[in-house]
Amino acid sequence: MKLLGPFSITWRFIRVWERNLSVYKKIWIVNFMTPLLEPLFYLLAFSIGLGALIEKVPFEGADLSYVVYITPALLAVAIMYNAFFENTYSSFVRMYYQKTFDAIMATPLSLEEVITGEIAWGATKSVIAAAIVLGVVSAFGLVRYPHALLILPLAFLGGIAFGSIAMFFTGIVPSIDMFNLPVFLFVTPMFLFSGTFFPLDGLPQWAQTFAATLPLTHLVDLTRHLCLGTLRAGMLWNVAYLLVFCLIFFPLALVAMRRRLVQ
Amino acid sequence: MTENVIEAKNLRKSFGSFVAVDDINFTLRRGECLGLLGPNGAGKTSTIRMVYGFSPMTGGSLDVFGIDVKTGWRAIRFSTGVCQQENNLDPDLSVLGNLELYARYFDIPRKAAKDKALKLLEFIGLGPRKHDKVTNLSGGMVRRLILVRALINDPELLILDEPTTGLDPQSRHQIWERLEKLRSEGLSILATTHNMDEASRLCNDLIIMDRGRIVVRGNPSQLIREHAGRYVLEAVDPSEELQTFVRSHGYRHDSLDRRIIIYGGEKDRLFEQIGGRFCNENCVQRMATLEDVFLRLTGRDLRE
Repeated sequence: MKLLGPFSITWRFIRVWERNLSVYKKIWIVNFMTPLLEPLFYLLAFSIGLGALIEKVPFEGADLSYVVYITPALLAVAIMYNAFFENTYSSFVRMYYQKTFDAIMATPLSLEEVITGEIAWGATKSVIAAAIVLGVVSAFGLVRYPHALLILPLAFLGGIAFGSIAMFFTGIVPSIDMFNLPVFLFVTPMFLFSGTFFPLDGLPQWAQTFAATLPLTHLVDLTRHLCLGTLRAGMLWNVAYLLVFCLIFFPLALVAMRRRLVQ
Repeated sequence: MTENVIEAKNLRKSFGSFVAVDDINFTLRRGECLGLLGPNGAGKTSTIRMVYGFSPMTGGSLDVFGIDVKTGWRAIRFSTGVCQQENNLDPDLSVLGNLELYARYFDIPRKAAKDKALKLLEFIGLGPRKHDKVTNLSGGMVRRLILVRALINDPELLILDEPTTGLDPQSRHQIWERLEKLRSEGLSILATTHNMDEASRLCNDLIIMDRGRIVVRGNPSQLIREHAGRYVLEAVDPSEELQTFVRSHGYRHDSLDRRIIIYGGEKDRLFEQIGGRFCNENCVQRMATLEDVFLRLTGRDLRE
């Protein structure tokens, strides 16, 4: 069995992206609802509820209000969720239940192009979600412009990273229920322990080291500096981390899907 | 332009130690219909999946339109229509939407795609349903839609994997009629089927496969003549007398549990010789069919 070898990827992957976009547009109102309402709920809960108990959060020498502190986390989590859930549950439904990939593979598209199109679409959903969340938090004056605009291209990079690892899981899970495992062991811990809702500085050293290996930690770092308008050279390391993450998991996703579908 | 649309030499496909397709050779000439018959697991689907580059081949060589499938699969797929066994229409889109989307995979511009799609829906009798969701279609309509979806790129080769399995007779006959029309217009067809009527009606050339190998190849009437003769007499609970008679006269026959099937040629006068003398209510006299050939050559054991 051929496991690696050259991948045949051309611009044609855009056809798969187009397919997903045209389905998305059909119910765009419903699709817009989640990224629109979710940050509102969070802001409400955290500013009125939790924010009343926590006066200030120290961050790199400055004291931030709790709402300002968590705003970048809302953006980063939206980026992660949209790509991850699109390329796990939704991609799995198209692959396994709808046999959409099989149908496309009878046309001039390769499997690698189908998978690339799916991941590019997941990343696009991350960008759409980030734009909507950004709109909401901007209305409350919680972000600094123009720096915050860089969050949109960052959302694409983050979307590729989370979409690639999601697609890798899609290539190896035996059934759709098994996605509970990566959600429970990977996504939820990141949601809580990536410097999202409390600073990592207060944690023991081992926990800080562990958090530094998680992709969301780097994404939150980036969105936080962009929201606060405090750009610094260290952010390049965060970007480099995400790029390397993509370079590892994108080929792994292709290999896993090829092993699964090409027989 | 080459005369052979498909040319397979020592084509082989194995999954681990299991050999699904075992060094087979065949050709499909332009404008003809080649039918692959065989019990479940004979290697039919594995064979056609290699033809359109869906499954990589394990060994041998395979050219379609004179192009090597290994390197030229993309060019081959541009001129090939594939009707897969499973119903894989896009449930998120309408009837028309499914065809328009599929056309995009072949780089057909939107306007041309819509015109072509509407024409195909007329052709297959789904015009009035063009705005329906595909989840509201009956099984027969779904198959018809999948068939015309395979025609959206004006293919030179149409690949059909059990095109009418599970359909009612009306839908089946309508699909056959459309396929006959396409053939008369010069389309080359490679089809797999379990349906003997389908095979003998659509295809001028048949291959019967079993356990990954080609058992026999020929046109339907020739195969029937050679392997089942012309007339068949089936007797339920045959008497001892009849069995002795058949054996002593050297008739071609199959003895089953409670049934004897006797095959006769033009000169055997089966019905007069046996029908009149040994049959009461327990006999059926009929013409030999492709199904007789199929069962004689691949055996009556259940597969899988």
